[in-house]
Amino acid sequence: MKVVYFAWLRERVGVPEEDIAFPVEVSTVSDALNHLISLGENYAYAFERPSLIRAALDRKHAKPEAPLAGAREIAFFPPMTGG
Amino acid sequence: MSIPIDVRVQAEPFDEAAEQKALVTGRFDIGAVVAFTGYCRDEGGRLEALELEHYPGMAEEEITRICREAAERWPLLSLRVIHRFGKIDPGEGIVLVLASSAHRAAAFAGADFVMDFLKSRAPFWKKEHGRGGTAGDWVSAKDEDENSLARWV
Repeated sequence: MKVVYFAWLRERVGVPEEDIAFPVEVSTVSDALNHLISLGENYAYAFERPSLIRAALDRKHAKPEAPLAGAREIAFFPPMTGG
Repeated sequence: MSIPIDVRVQAEPFDEAAEQKALVTGRFDIGAVVAFTGYCRDEGGRLEALELEHYPGMAEEEITRICREAAERWPLLSLRVIHRFGKIDPGEGIVLVLASSAHRAAAFAGADFVMDFLKSRAPFWKKEHGRGGTAGDWVSAKDEDENSLARWV
């Protein structure tokens, strides 16, 4: 699955995007976030405050409990500050 | 009824007066246009520029979803939103929202609604660049932006 990061989350992870093969038991946005945290120090640092993390599935806002099934792209980012 | 919704996400500056002129040209049903322009501040001389990062594709799609929602709530005649990304100098426009309708109430409400949702739903992130090339911090989201969405429930 394509995983993309933005703003300080991208800086902390160290790459703007990557392909990650999630284990079969990873079925929701929240599961994906927890799996990423297990991948290394940079991920643990990036996701250290889950309440500040927002997510999108195929470019639509998604809640932590949203299922990953069928989605091709998952994005993680901090609260938005446009406008 | 579907109305013209024009959403642009671009690096280039925009001309707010020209955009408003274009919106009403050839339209004789529009009685009111409300224009909101958000500008880059220098924060009392502290900032050299803002840099805006965005999620290409989702930025346009999300603003379009917000505009469609506004068009369902009020009798609007057209909506135009331009949001810039990249480096923006103090004094330059960051975002432009134009809402037109037959009467003013819908245009005011539509522009207000689109800006409120855009601030906390459109995928843009601001980074500050300080005077003298100091490394900038990411701007934190304000609780009041999220809270202001409650006005529309």
